Amino acid sequence: MTSWLASISPPSRRDRWLQWCLRATAWVVGGILLFLLLFLLREAWPVLRDVGLMPLFDDPSWHPTEGRYNLLPMLAGTLYAAVGALLIAAPLGWACAAYAVYFAPRRLAAWLQKLIALAAGIPSVVYGLWGLVVLVPLIAAYQPPGASLIAAVLVLAVMILPTIILLTESALRSVPRELLHGAAALGLGQWGSLRRVVVPAARSGLLAAMVLAAARALGETMAVLMVAGNVVQFPATVWDPIRTLSANIALEMAYAMDHHRAALFASGLVLALLVIALMLMAACLHSPCPARESRRGRWA
Amino acid sequence: MNHYEQLVPLHAQSRPVVMDADSGRRDYIVTRALSMHYGERQVLRDISLQVAAGRITALIGPSGVGKSSLLACVNRLTDMLPGAHVNGELRVGGVDASHAATDVIALRRRVGMIFQKPNPFPLSIWNNLAFPLREHGVRAKSQLTEAITTALQEVGLWGEVKDRLHAAALSLSGGQQQRLCMARALALQPEALLMDEPCSALDPIAVGVVEELIARLRGRYTMLIVTHNLAQARRLADDVALLWPRDGAGELVEQGPAAHLFDSPRAAVTAAYLRSERI
Repeated sequence: MTSWLASISPPSRRDRWLQWCLRATAWVVGGILLFLLLFLLREAWPVLRDVGLMPLFDDPSWHPTEGRYNLLPMLAGTLYAAVGALLIAAPLGWACAAYAVYFAPRRLAAWLQKLIALAAGIPSVVYGLWGLVVLVPLIAAYQPPGASLIAAVLVLAVMILPTIILLTESALRSVPRELLHGAAALGLGQWGSLRRVVVPAARSGLLAAMVLAAARALGETMAVLMVAGNVVQFPATVWDPIRTLSANIALEMAYAMDHHRAALFASGLVLALLVIALMLMAACLHSPCPARESRRGRWA
Repeated sequence: MNHYEQLVPLHAQSRPVVMDADSGRRDYIVTRALSMHYGERQVLRDISLQVAAGRITALIGPSGVGKSSLLACVNRLTDMLPGAHVNGELRVGGVDASHAATDVIALRRRVGMIFQKPNPFPLSIWNNLAFPLREHGVRAKSQLTEAITTALQEVGLWGEVKDRLHAAALSLSGGQQQRLCMARALALQPEALLMDEPCSALDPIAVGVVEELIARLRGRYTMLIVTHNLAQARRLADDVALLWPRDGAGELVEQGPAAHLFDSPRAAVTAAYLRSERI
């Protein structure tokens, strides 16, 4: 133990318990993730062993009962839906968070925050229900069939919006007040201060908000399943139905056998790896600022 | 006319200032019966302060007496503090600065501010200076380079950072960061500088460097410096003003030339305060 505290006095029995418990918790949580990945790999193994990895991406179609396992159209559907939702929700979320933190009267901001926290807690199936009975008919009236990529994008956008707003707000609130005062004291306007002072200072938090929202959009099953139409195809336009990887698992798991079942686990593995890749990308983009790092104390 | 030239006349333009017929002294910052409240709580009462042009005025007094609040009144940073209300008269460079309609952007261009904790932006050294200049209309690269080089030279930082202008400003030491913040303010060619305990977060060597810099800027800028450190006030200040709390709000007890105030204070409170701090 290279603790600076330990160099003053050895940790008491209670401190040792605390350290042990914290360490054990961390290992358990890390272990769960590892076991999950290993489990997915084991369950997917029959199809990976007998069919191979490449057919999952270059088979002519997804007809698992006939031995055709192409996941690509569903991977594309997943990505299109998530990226589209982010493109819509991110600017709205940033604007709303910036308004709540910097411009809204304090009482209104507090109300907004409560409301948004509530929205973040609404189960996804409720969003799906709304999409199914309101959004899909609206789209269908304009461009049938209604259940489509755009419906999935819009429902996902509404769903991830609260996440983006709440996390962006907390990132903005963590910007030191001295920086804002410093910018104001230089006679800088609101736009300049936001763009050149607040955004760089809150960068890691803003990025975290995007990553978590993207992860939620990639993994969302129920709401998307209810509005996306669930046809396995590359969508030619946003009005075409799509099927996402997660919806596919939910739709077919009940009756899948043998290699079909293993292929579903493989698609779960692909989804998990996609999210992990996203997190890694975010971690690479975000280099922690040294000044902030040094302000944290360490005990061990 | 290029943008940087547009900046210059502001610096050189004749400044209407308050003239004192007896001494010929010009006051750059003048407050009359200035009071400030945070919500219901009064923090400053009836402050009538004169800060002479081109001189260093130290604002001293015990912690929590409202020295920093008074400083924030001068460049209207109080507008940003939730619940802050200011009453009374404030003239900066002869211009009434106490109205809601006052152009605070222009006011803050003329009155720079240095904070207690160095607060460089999380940008590169170069951009810490270039960004405010650009926001104030200096766009051409050559003008930016000239203004930034001059400001960094003025604070004695040029030699230390000229080879790493694009490194993060936060990678500098505390003392360097504070001088960068001073360069950032000076690059806008202000007429006055407000300094809120600019040395209190620095190590002794950095304190020496920054104090030397402040002394070197004497005569070129009107400086109002808040300090806890009476020795520092004695080293730097031409004039001193003492704030003292009464019924929870700061009042201006005494102001005058540093030598007079330190050696023969008029108010009993001043004498007692100076004695208690044993300088």
